[in-house]
Amino acid sequence: MIALLRRDMALTFRMGGGFGLSLAFFLIVVMFVPFGIGAESSTLSIIAPGVLWIGALLACLLSLDRIFQLDFEDGSLDLLATSPLPLEGVVAMKALAHWLTTGLPLTLAAPFFGFLLHLPQGAYLWTFLSLLAGTPALSFLGAFGAAITVGLKRGGLLLSLLVLPLYIPTLIFGAQTVTMIAKGQNNTTAFLILAAISLFTLAIVPFSAAMALRINLR
Amino acid sequence: MLLTVDNLACRRGDLHVLTGLSLGLAAGRVLVLRGPNGSGKTTLLRTLAGLTPPVGGTITADPEAITYSGHADGLKAQLSVAENLEFWASVFGTLGIDAALAAFDLLGLRDRQAQNLSAGQKRRLGLARLLVSGRKIWLLDEPTVSLDAQNVQVFAGVIKSHLMTGGGAIIATHIDLGLADTDVLDISPFRAKSTDHNNPFLDEALA
Amino acid sequence: MSLWEYANPTRFMRLTDRVLPYVTVLTVICLLTGLTWGFFFTPDDYKQGSTVKIIFIHVPSAMMAINIWVMMLVASLVWLVRRHHVSALAARAAAPIGVTMTLIALFTGAIWGEPMWGTYWAWDPRLTAFMILFVFYLGYIALWSAIEDQDTAADLTSVLCMVGSVFALLSRYAVNFWNQGLHQGASLSMDAEQHVDNTYYLPLLVSIAGFVLLFLTLVLLRTRAEIRSRRISALIAQERLR
Repeated sequence: MIALLRRDMALTFRMGGGFGLSLAFFLIVVMFVPFGIGAESSTLSIIAPGVLWIGALLACLLSLDRIFQLDFEDGSLDLLATSPLPLEGVVAMKALAHWLTTGLPLTLAAPFFGFLLHLPQGAYLWTFLSLLAGTPALSFLGAFGAAITVGLKRGGLLLSLLVLPLYIPTLIFGAQTVTMIAKGQNNTTAFLILAAISLFTLAIVPFSAAMALRINLR
Repeated sequence: MLLTVDNLACRRGDLHVLTGLSLGLAAGRVLVLRGPNGSGKTTLLRTLAGLTPPVGGTITADPEAITYSGHADGLKAQLSVAENLEFWASVFGTLGIDAALAAFDLLGLRDRQAQNLSAGQKRRLGLARLLVSGRKIWLLDEPTVSLDAQNVQVFAGVIKSHLMTGGGAIIATHIDLGLADTDVLDISPFRAKSTDHNNPFLDEALA
Repeated sequence: MSLWEYANPTRFMRLTDRVLPYVTVLTVICLLTGLTWGFFFTPDDYKQGSTVKIIFIHVPSAMMAINIWVMMLVASLVWLVRRHHVSALAARAAAPIGVTMTLIALFTGAIWGEPMWGTYWAWDPRLTAFMILFVFYLGYIALWSAIEDQDTAADLTSVLCMVGSVFALLSRYAVNFWNQGLHQGASLSMDAEQHVDNTYYLPLLVSIAGFVLLFLTLVLLRTRAEIRSRRISALIAQERLR
């Protein structure tokens, strides 16, 4: 299974565009916000936590279809399904590889992009922590959507339509974790629920996504 | 018997393709599947591999003994020949890819990226995966596509030594592999007829 | 003779063929009685005036919007576990009705909200939850129409419905946490102190019964249409096999 993780990460790095693309997309979203609503630092600092979360979420969405689509097209998925690896493990490893190459870089970049949006003092750490806790859920739910749409020729748009509603709880609690700190409130509840949602997602997605893959492979 | 199939019915999508098919594969034997295009050879192999659930009948085999090779080789263009094969070796928990590379005359191409291989070289690499899988039952769907005559001979040699070590293979192919003693099964008689369907939507009372 | 036998398409068609006229008549009676009673024979509210009467459409449609999703979840589970075709097709047939009910609830809510709260739309948790339910319905319907093989489509939409239900429920609690609301409490409740006044209660119950029956009529009609459409594709496939 570690071999699968290593292979997927090597492929993302060698393919070009995978890893840097989401970061570039994230930067562009952050850059467009002042263009759209004006550059007053007081306005920006209020919306900064939400913009960072939505930006990271959308950037994460970009590379979801790669999780299974390429392996489906070149036959690897057939071979993996008939290999000794449990398909649930394959899903978990591929989602983890997606997180390591997308979610984690976005999490690391978010505090720096926070400067551009005048994120309030004290919210930097929580931006980082909330994304660290929340982005695994984004990758895993994305893997579920990717597993459902893997057999479709033009599944990209549908994938977004299926996955985005599933992101709602993660987005709400993730953004609240940061917003509440920025407002000077206690955010422990929001953060703990965010972590709980993330863990819950990690627990159920391998099974439901493997179920969807088996249906799509037959 | 490595694999026994009894009264199997399989389907592709909504379509029943084969019905009432029985076959057996003993250790050291090759079974060649014949039949015109669209007769269900691929569907049968995918059903035997456990990818498609059968509609009826039974398949008796150790699923941990089966490996399947379809039309696509499952190669990654950005990985080298060795990396591609090493990945499958670790998935199947076997060691050493050199023997498999040597068997298909790929040692000289070890570090070449798969995207720079010719179609025949890719196919050979895909077939080399069978050796690193370490499994006894090979289910092969048109394995000789894009192989030249010389490499078909190489492939036949690999099959022979696989049989010698107690393995077996079911091969869907149109060409003669030049193996001395093969069983041949023409699957066209097992083609499902419209009356075989157990489809509840075809009930005349619905009309 | 078990209930499951009606999951056979032929039996289902035969049964619904007989039942459907009665259900339709009952639907018309209930809807006409409930709505006429509600609109014309109840007093205006002392605070809300006649706008309160939108309750007779708003509340039943909102209830149906949620309950239809629950029905789809149950039908999906039945399909995954017992492989009854009618079950999968009923879930498929129900989705567009559910999405329409959600839209009706949102629109009547907006019309009611303007005189009450001074705005057509507010990001109130209940309103937001219905918006979220709406997008879940859209995803489900889009997935059905995107997949050609009907059994595969039934399987995948069922898995989506299962996972979607969990996250729809999570979203419901998430929006509660996120924003405190304007919306009044439940209109119906076992607790007599809580729910709406008795003069509205009875006509509201009749309207709700009307909406439930309306859903039943529509879902039976649509499931019958789905079965016929499956028959057509099965016949075409059979033709190709010959």
